Order: sequence, then structure tokens, then C-alpha cells
Amino acid sequence: MAEPTSVRKLIKGRGIVLPGDDIDTDRIIPARYLRLITFEELGKYAFFDERFDDAGKPKPHPLNDPRFTGGSILLVNRNFGCGSSREHAPQSLMRMGINAFVGESFAEIFSGNCTALGLPAVRVSHDDALRLQKLVESDPTLELSVDLEALTVMAGRQKVTFTMPDPDRRSLVSGTWDSTAMLLANKDQIVAASKRIPYLHGFAESKTAS
Amino acid sequence: MGRTLLDKVWDLHKVDSLPTGQDQLFIGLHLVHEVTSPQAFQALADRGLTVLFPNRTFATVDHIVPTDGQRRPFADELAEQMMSAIEKNARAHGILFFGNTDDQGIVHIIGPELGLTQPGMTIACGDSHTSTHGALGSIAFGVGTSQIRDILATQTLSLSRPKVRRIEVTGALAPGVTAKDLIIRIIADLGVNGGIGYAYEYGGPAVSALPMEARLTMCNMSIEGGARAGYINPDSVTIEYLKGRRFVPSGADFDTAARFWKSMASDADASYADTHTLRGDTIEPMVSWGINPGQAVGVSGRLPRVSDARPADKDALAKAYDHTGFEQGQAIQGLPVDVAFIGSCTNGRISDLREAARVVKGRKVSPRVKALVVPGSRAVLRQATNEGLPEIFRAAGFEWRDAGCSMCLAMNPDKLSGRQVCASSSNRNFIGRQGSPHGRTLLMSPAMAAAAAIAGEVVDARQMLPAVGGNGRS
Repeated sequence: MAEPTSVRKLIKGRGIVLPGDDIDTDRIIPARYLRLITFEELGKYAFFDERFDDAGKPKPHPLNDPRFTGGSILLVNRNFGCGSSREHAPQSLMRMGINAFVGESFAEIFSGNCTALGLPAVRVSHDDALRLQKLVESDPTLELSVDLEALTVMAGRQKVTFTMPDPDRRSLVSGTWDSTAMLLANKDQIVAASKRIPYLHGFAESKTAS
Repeated sequence: MGRTLLDKVWDLHKVDSLPTGQDQLFIGLHLVHEVTSPQAFQALADRGLTVLFPNRTFATVDHIVPTDGQRRPFADELAEQMMSAIEKNARAHGILFFGNTDDQGIVHIIGPELGLTQPGMTIACGDSHTSTHGALGSIAFGVGTSQIRDILATQTLSLSRPKVRRIEVTGALAPGVTAKDLIIRIIADLGVNGGIGYAYEYGGPAVSALPMEARLTMCNMSIEGGARAGYINPDSVTIEYLKGRRFVPSGADFDTAARFWKSMASDADASYADTHTLRGDTIEPMVSWGINPGQAVGVSGRLPRVSDARPADKDALAKAYDHTGFEQGQAIQGLPVDVAFIGSCTNGRISDLREAARVVKGRKVSPRVKALVVPGSRAVLRQATNEGLPEIFRAAGFEWRDAGCSMCLAMNPDKLSGRQVCASSSNRNFIGRQGSPHGRTLLMSPAMAAAAAIAGEVVDARQMLPAVGGNGRS
């Protein structure tokens, strides 16, 4: 039987080197582009203020660099995606063609948002992050593959191991990262849980219980 | 072995263990605002789903609303569209919407103000500053839009239990040193990524002594230290604060509630993943100078030199100087400012405005500075009006605005322009945060921002407070 299309086991593609620590969500997607009630157009606006000057002319930036055109795996450093909870950040990158992130660490909400969109955000050591960035800098055509079962990133013939929160990995590999259906399957337990939480019924139950 | 508040709240709200290894957690209070929710409501519609517990979701508008007149339709067409969307969604799903009422305000201001936020709750909102609500002893955190969809459809989330770091602040804060200074100092000490994977539990004598609004300021910025949630154990300050608020039970039910709230506090013998201790009396008013909230110094200090920094911080420091154009080693005092902004979910409460007004009263804003005060909610605005604060600010040359997020993130017309430097009582100094890609933000307390507005440069606000300053100590 064919696997569901939501399964994410092996992500292949070329890399884009986006160096720097603490790259925040305001840099990834400036707040003025959050005034849209859908995510559809966001691919155009990722890193907008870093990619274009005040007159709209392109500035030197990895996402404008023709060597990286068509790349789909973003190679980043420490605490990528810190700041706001805006899902617009991974949405904008996904919609411009990013399928996976390889970095030293990720902000927690950003990382969770990536998983919720089926995008792996995998953690490598500082040295390995620099090594992968250097390899791709020197040969942007290098094919990378992120293997969520072997927990490795292959860059040509170089192999690097990664870590990621196991629940994220399991939901990607099993294709259950869109969690609504899984959560809703427990509807009876949800209703049962609500009955034992005192503040949900004006503390009436704890009164009768005591 | 005792349990922490986080453990108790988690265990009470756990619905099930999920196949992924995470827990399914019931979300007791869901708050939504206009920016991160329309896509979630659309996803619900696309799947033919409804809101499972519409009485546990409450909605407001804050990010996009103009603060210089909130008459409809808004001049900004996109803002008007966003406003209409949340009105429509709230109506369609039977969700209480405060956006068109006297209760409108920033989601993290109105939750506690209305008594929606209570100890022992799980609270989520599509906004990273949801950590604010932890000040009342709840576990509160920001979520993305896919998770908003999950909460609307199931009132639950799939989550991993965080570790808990105890942050113990001993002794007392010096006069004129605020919760804002304390939390910026903690972030500067532990780093902007130090809290990843943790909830921060703040405690110790200096924290217990803080009034509730100061506690809200402190927990608000937990996320700036990487901690998705931050909380303070409920105590008598918490219970007094809640008494009489609209969504809080009254009479005998209040006593039952108060017993429950106190029972949720961490046990004396609770165990923590680790502990960080800080002496309260070593903290001075803090000012951020760089491009993340951890790049901050005490008001008597100097900007760091890249060559002195830890190797791991050198790049971030260099990037900060590249953006700000400030000089390595320069004193933070005397740095000229162009704009002063007092407001936001961090510091837009009545006590914040009072603190700023004490500095401003009888003085004039520097002619080089544009200064504005944006109350965090309409209730704060009304209270301030009753106390005569708008007159004090206006007489000094401040603009007095309507409630909203405003220049904290510049999604409405309030923005920096060009390379302006803003003394700001908000929470983030990221590049472009206040609406100009070249703008520069100095984070500080409301009193410090008020003092900077008057002086036209960064100064120690304690010199302008007669009850605190060295010469005028009473």
C-alpha cells in the first residue's frame, strides 16, 4: 500500500546557506505582511527587508543569490526563528520552496510550527553546522538529504548526524503532523477531562466533592 | 518528592498520552486576536469542523487597530478586512468578542483585567507573549496558527512537558528598579536562547514583593529568554488581585476557588531541572542597545566590546553594531533618542502609566523627541483619565492615544521612520520591529522611557524621581 502523502522520511534537495545566530521572526517576515488574512501570498515576502532596499531593489542576500536558486534546505545557525509565534514565518519560507531546516538550534514555537506544517527542523552541532554551510558554499549544486529514520544529513558523501525532539520526528515519519484528526479522535476523553477541571464549571464540582 | 505548579497543572489537564510520545493537554482558556486566527477559522471551515468549546475561547483586537481614532471603517483596508474577519468568525462560532466593546484592549492586558486569567489554568493564544498570564500562576504559552486550529476544533493540544527552571531573586530590588529591569537582567544573564525547553518559575523575596502588574511585566518577557512559559506561584497578592473581577466567582465560590488556586502552587520540596539565583540588590535600571533583548546593560554601564565577548556571542554582537551604528564601549547614558513609546502588553497597564507620569509631571518633552502613550486597554485608558494622567502627559508634549499594540510592532500606522532611535517600554528590539527596517529600539521601563523623552537622551530615571534620586531622597 502506498504511504500517505503526508509522510516525511527523506527530504532531498540543494542547500541555501543562511548564516547568523538569533535570526528572529520579525526579520523572517516583517509584521506589515501579517495584515493578510490568508497565508497564500507570503512566499514573496520572506526576509523582505533584508532582500530588498527601500526602493525595492534586490540586495545581496542568500535568498537572492542565483547560486542557491532552487535550493530547498535552509542551513542556519543558533536559535533560528526566535521571537513571535507567527506561523507566517515558516509559512513564508515553505511557500518560497523550503522543505527542511538544518541548524544548531531553533526557537521552540518556531520549531513546533515547522512540524505542524510538515517541515523538519533538525539540530546539528555547531561544528557540523559550519561544515555543512562551508560545503554548500563551495558547491551549491551539492545534493543534500535529510533522513528522519537514520537521523543523518548527507551532503554528497559527507555524513552528519542530527537530533530533533522525538515526538516531532515520529509525527513527521508517520505522517501525523497535522494533529487535528488525532486529537479529535479522543473526543470522549476530552469531554471527560473537562468534567474534572474545577474552574470549567464555576468550582461547583469541587464543592460537592469536598 | 513534591510537585511544581507546572506538574500539577499538567497532570490536571492531561487528556491522554499520544502515539507520538506527547501528551494531549486540555486548554482551559483560549484567547484569540485578529492577526493569527483568521487562517485557523478558515482551516476549520475547510474541514467542516466546528468549535468544540466556544465558551472557552475569547476574542479581541489589538495588533492592527489604529490608536488615533478607532472609527470604522479603518482607513487601512487590510486592517478593516482583518477586523471584519474576526467579527464574522466570533459571531459564527458563538465566541465572546471584546473588540467592539468598552473591554477592548491588548489580549494580555484584558485577560487578567477581566479575571479570565486564573491560577491553575492552561492558557494558550496565537501570540508569544501569552507567557504574561503565568504571573497569576497559570501555565500560559504562545502557539502558531495550526495549533489555534487544533484548540478551536478540540480544545486540546499535543505537547511535550517542559523542564522547569527555578529563578530565585533574593533580597529586594533597589528603589526605582522595576520588574522590567529585573526581567531584562535575567535575559541578559541567561541569554535569549537559554530558556529553550524550559518553563521559568520566578520566585524568592524580590519576586514575592512585586505587585501583580509588575509580575505580569516579568512573565511577559519570558519568551524573550527562550522560555515559552514563565510563572509565579499564586499567593495572597494573586488572590487579592482576582477578587471582584468579572469572570471570577464570587461569594462562597470565591473561597472554593481560592483554595484550589493556592493548592496549585509548587510544593516546598518540589524538584527543578535547575536553579538560577540572582541578588535583587545588584540590579539597576536596564537598557537594551542591540538587536535582541539580551543585548542590554545597566544604565550606569557601557556598550560591550566585541573583542571582550564570549566566542559564541561575537557574531551576534557584530551584527548588532552593524545595524545600530552605536560605538563599542560608549556609555549608554547620553545616547540620543528621537521617539519615546510607552505602552504594549509588557508595560501598558495603569501602574506603568502612573510610574511614567511621576517622571513627566511638570516637565516638557525634548523638542527633538516624538513621544506617545498608548494605554493597553480601554479600561486602563478610563482609569488613567479618572486619575488625570492624560493631562499630565499632554501638558508635557506626549500624544495620548487609544488602546492597542501600536508601536511595539508597528502593524498599525504607528511606526518609526528611517534610522530613528526609540526609547520603548515594549518587549522586542529586533531589526525592523518598530516599522522601519533601519530603526533602532532601546528597551527600558516606562519611567526610563519617560525620562528619555524629557531629556532627549538615555538618562537614569531615578534622578527625576524625588522619592528615589540621590539628592532628593525623602
